[in-house]
Amino acid sequence: MIEVKNVSKSFDGKPVIEHINGVFERGNSNLIIGASGTGKSVLLKNMVGLMPPDEGEVLYDGRCFTDGNKELQTEVRREIGMLFQGGALFDSKNVEENVGFPLNILTKMKPDEKLDRINFCLERVGLENVNKKMPSELSGGMKKRVGIARAIVNNPNYLYCDEPNSGLDPQTSIRIDNLIKEITDEYNITTIVVTHDMNSVMEIGDYVMFMFQGKKLWEGNKEEILKSDVKELNDFVFATRLMKNIYPR
Amino acid sequence: MRSLGKFLIFIARLVIRREKFVTYIQLTIDECIKVGYNSLFIVTIVSVFMGAVTTIQTAYNLVSPFIPDYVISLVARDMVVLELAPTVMAIVYAGKVGSNIAGELGTMRITEQIDALEVMGINSTSYLVLPKIIASLIMYPMLVVLSAFLALYGGFVAGTITGVISAADYTFGIRADFIEFNVFFALIKAFVYGFLVAAISAYKGFYTVGGALEVGRSSTAAVTSSCIAILLADYFLAQLLLG
Ligand SMILES: Nc1ncnc2c1ncn2[C@@H]1O[C@H](COP(=O)(O)OP(=O)(O)OP(=O)(O)O)[C@@H](O)[C@H]1O
Ligand SMILES: [Mg+2]
Repeated sequence: MIEVKNVSKSFDGKPVIEHINGVFERGNSNLIIGASGTGKSVLLKNMVGLMPPDEGEVLYDGRCFTDGNKELQTEVRREIGMLFQGGALFDSKNVEENVGFPLNILTKMKPDEKLDRINFCLERVGLENVNKKMPSELSGGMKKRVGIARAIVNNPNYLYCDEPNSGLDPQTSIRIDNLIKEITDEYNITTIVVTHDMNSVMEIGDYVMFMFQGKKLWEGNKEEILKSDVKELNDFVFATRLMKNIYPR
Repeated sequence: MRSLGKFLIFIARLVIRREKFVTYIQLTIDECIKVGYNSLFIVTIVSVFMGAVTTIQTAYNLVSPFIPDYVISLVARDMVVLELAPTVMAIVYAGKVGSNIAGELGTMRITEQIDALEVMGINSTSYLVLPKIIASLIMYPMLVVLSAFLALYGGFVAGTITGVISAADYTFGIRADFIEFNVFFALIKAFVYGFLVAAISAYKGFYTVGGALEVGRSSTAAVTSSCIAILLADYFLAQLLLG
């Protein structure tokens, strides 16, 4: 369980996220949705400590992550797997080395155990026979999937995915959504996914937080989202004809 | 002043290390190859020509019949050992290695690779930068020694081919009045420059903010700042050790 309490962050006096509160339960796929530029990535970076929040705190299963205790921070981070919005693969390393990187650093696995684990993870994201390819030789969607494989390779307790399926075709996209859900259920981890894809919301949204211009406007689950009376949320949810037709109001 | 403070904090964070010692060994070896081996070509070219030009120009300036020919190579030797091999080569080194380091780290920063390391709980400063600095401390003095030899050889070839000095005079000259301290001094310079180039360039790259354009800017800034630092250090070292 990850708790976010009253987190705010501003850049050059301009607030980007304001007083965000939320509880992300273990075993749930927790989604953060919102339009482009509302501060979803910034919130994520505050939660993993890449940016210190101006105020507020973040707790990982009761452990306070934001009080400046470096040892605790490192300890928690080693339980975090994260997919960055752009993939953030190490471009001097091939796919296998990228995925295996957390294992090299954080575990004492033997080389063949590592390789098994790497191949297992790559298989789960639907990538085979790309082990020796460099990131520059992969398509955008493939990079994303390698990023996911790297995020899950070390059996994290907390999984963050920043837009795991932007740039993917609908089928791969659903496959990734389901993969995230499966992993969450299977290992009973706390998963947080940032997305603006309503498909994902309807597929896997156990808990959904809707952000609008840096504030949390709504929270609930995927059933409730269809019945909300928050105008901004409705505009977001029913922006496409597809959603309007499938869930007529 | 503020950036100097930030730079010092950056350096301090390098030594608070967290990763296994073996990790650093492999990384440092990789960096040595990038920093040293990959600079061999440019160092060779520049050194040979530097030596050749120095010899010929010294000969041109020493036209008096009272000065024996061997003085040409003696003067050329002292110039090469004291200034050209360590300092001029450092400028070349800043252009090659410094821009490379800043570009690499800058790209890693803007594509969130550094963030990815941090999230894995790795001290990205020491993981990425320390091996580069150690590699530079090891390799740059070696490059300076090589450069000095090549420059003297270049001077020999140019001097004898153009006929401004005979082979025997040249060899005699580079051996005459040899002061061992000069070599020691050159090596001290080499260590200092090796550190400065790697640390300043890494700092510039590491704190890149923005996009591809800013990575280019960081590379340029890395070379400029390194060169200024080299020349300042050159002056202070001369004051300190020769004054
Ligand atoms: N390091 C930074 N310095 C200054 N401003 C920033 C920084 N990072 C983000 N911002 C600003 O914060 C706002 C929110 O950015 P953020 O990346 O969180 O958006 P997002 O919700 O993730 O959007 P998207 O869905 O397009 O990824 C933007 O207006 C952005 O300009
Ligand atoms: Mg984002």
